[in-house]
Amino acid sequence: MCPAGRDPHGADEGQATDARFAALLEDSAEELYEGAPCGYLSTLMDGTIARINATLLDWLGLDRDAVVGRMRFPDLLTVGGKLYHETHFAPLLQMQGRISGIALDLRDGDGGRLPVLVSSAVKHSDTGEPLLIRTTVFDARDRRAYERELLRRRRAAEEAQRRAEADRARLQEAMAALQQALLPPALPAIPGMETAAHYHTASPDRLGGDFYDVFPLDDRRFAFFLGDVCGKGPRAAAVTSLTRYTLRAAAVHDPDPAAALTTLNTVLHEHYGGDDPRFCTAIFGVLEPDPATGQVAVHLASGGHPAALVLRAGHHPGDGPNDGPNDGPDGEVGGSAEFLATPGGCLIGILPEARFVSAATVLAAGDALLLYTDGITEARTGHGAATIYGEQALREFVAGYASGPVDTLVHALTGLLDGFGEGLDDDTALLALGVQAPSQLPAA
Amino acid sequence: MTDVDILCRNNVTVTGNPHGRTVVLAHGFGCDQNMWRLTVPALAADHRVVLFDYVGAGRSDPSAFRAERYASLDGYARDVVEVCQALDLRDVAFVGHSVSAMIGVLAAGLAPDRIGSLVMVAPSPRYIDDEGYRGGFSAADIEELLESLESNYLGWSAAMAPVIMGNPERPELGEELTNSFCATDPDMARVFARTTFLSDSRDDLKGVRVPTLVLECTQDVIAPREVGAFVHRAVPGSVLVTLDATGHCPQLSAPVPTNTAITEFLSSLR
Repeated sequence: MCPAGRDPHGADEGQATDARFAALLEDSAEELYEGAPCGYLSTLMDGTIARINATLLDWLGLDRDAVVGRMRFPDLLTVGGKLYHETHFAPLLQMQGRISGIALDLRDGDGGRLPVLVSSAVKHSDTGEPLLIRTTVFDARDRRAYERELLRRRRAAEEAQRRAEADRARLQEAMAALQQALLPPALPAIPGMETAAHYHTASPDRLGGDFYDVFPLDDRRFAFFLGDVCGKGPRAAAVTSLTRYTLRAAAVHDPDPAAALTTLNTVLHEHYGGDDPRFCTAIFGVLEPDPATGQVAVHLASGGHPAALVLRAGHHPGDGPNDGPNDGPDGEVGGSAEFLATPGGCLIGILPEARFVSAATVLAAGDALLLYTDGITEARTGHGAATIYGEQALREFVAGYASGPVDTLVHALTGLLDGFGEGLDDDTALLALGVQAPSQLPAA
Repeated sequence: MTDVDILCRNNVTVTGNPHGRTVVLAHGFGCDQNMWRLTVPALAADHRVVLFDYVGAGRSDPSAFRAERYASLDGYARDVVEVCQALDLRDVAFVGHSVSAMIGVLAAGLAPDRIGSLVMVAPSPRYIDDEGYRGGFSAADIEELLESLESNYLGWSAAMAPVIMGNPERPELGEELTNSFCATDPDMARVFARTTFLSDSRDDLKGVRVPTLVLECTQDVIAPREVGAFVHRAVPGSVLVTLDATGHCPQLSAPVPTNTAITEFLSSLR
């Protein structure tokens, strides 16, 4: 509760406040104009300066007499500012009657530059005639420095991003070249046979671990292999490289398929044993064409790899009414596809002693052998793990192409892979080896 | 490049009277075809009016920008000729503002059958002072201008606003600041600025063989009156009209006298 009567303390404070207000009231409009913390400027419509406050004169380092009636507003600007004034500022002001917050540079008396923010408005007469332009000028040195810093950072960020993208492109290019080096540039021509291959890379960022090759063993026989190294990236690629060279060298030494895989097993196990085990699955085989019959004997062995598919043409041209090698994907002409079972073979490189399963078959004219990696059979065709494409679906699909050339088959499978879209997230290698149908043989 | 590509590249618009004489209106540095919005209505009744944006300005196709092509005024002149060819224009009156006046001179030299007359609005064949010649700017002035452009001073260009703010999801912020008037790509504007302000086309003026109107303003900080007089003297048989206008853009600051001078010149042509 306040005591009645005067409080000497409070009275002093009140008087001081009154004095401060009085000082404010004595600050005339003229003083407010001249000493304002921003620049004021009034010009005629042609830009001639009619009035300017002391603050702005002080910033510019100019005398009033040298400015009023003698200079136009653009004369205060830098060359860039003049051009901007002529092409943007003045037209916009004319169009809109006002313009605000435009960043310009004033040229001061010493030839230096003063960054400012300028706002202008046109004063009109009662009849709507434009009379003069009122302009306020704010010192924008700090703001300009801040904006420049923002711009500098933004440029640095853009440059860093550009560099990162270039690095990434270079890396992808290097990896694509490396990937290509892991695959044969072209398959060798095998008399009486046709070959086709396809490699699908799941991601340009990652080196795939699938591999295949076909090469002559002697003047009669050819060897082939196809496999899948566990893992991805440069380390998997190194295993792929070692695997290819080992298999080719092993085949020269002993072309028996199980023996070649055993050699590979020993090399991988010794090389990658211990802390960083690396292993692969593969099918290695030998083709032995019989020029007398036109048939091709196949011996192969598998180390934990999905079973090869044997495509039987089912009949030969001249056997029935629906003749022709391209009777189409419907399989109505009796073409079929069966797995060449190689159950239970070991993964290669995981155990010091491994057992590999061998199998053999004979391909007649029009028949073919298809090797593939699990990228195709494990492609997702819906949501969840239960909806992978699967080996049976693959078998049924290729059966439709059993009586056609192998490049048609591989082309169809490539289309199938493309159709999986996002569902195909692994690399996939395909290798098809077909015996030419009699009609495909030259001068048959 | 097909005709359609060229018309898209330069955002060509054709308006006015299809049976009238064709007038091509060419904007100057830092602007776009909006510069002519007060001119078009005065011409449209009796003339076919062709407007376009130089590559890098307005709604031109930025992907068509080639720094080496536009490093000389010839590159811009070739664009003008290509636009005329794409529309199969002949004997057009080419109205060029500022640096475009000189581009028109070069285009008329490249394709005399296409360009039959010139209107040079606030022209300058050389901005930098030289011995016995006053262009209005010292070499240091122009260096400062180019430097301010190169360092992307905000002071120079409101087009900087979207560059700094980088607000593609809110383009209206940039638009508000640039007022969507005379939009210019800052990087391309730098090339155009260098080409424009370092150019010296004085020797090209005497080669003009078509009727020419030179329009100058009484007070123009970019192209002072000495320059207008120089151009008038150098172009054989040219007519000089001094507009009672301030600034470098009489078509905006004094549209009526500007339009009158242009239409009178056009009706004097056979």
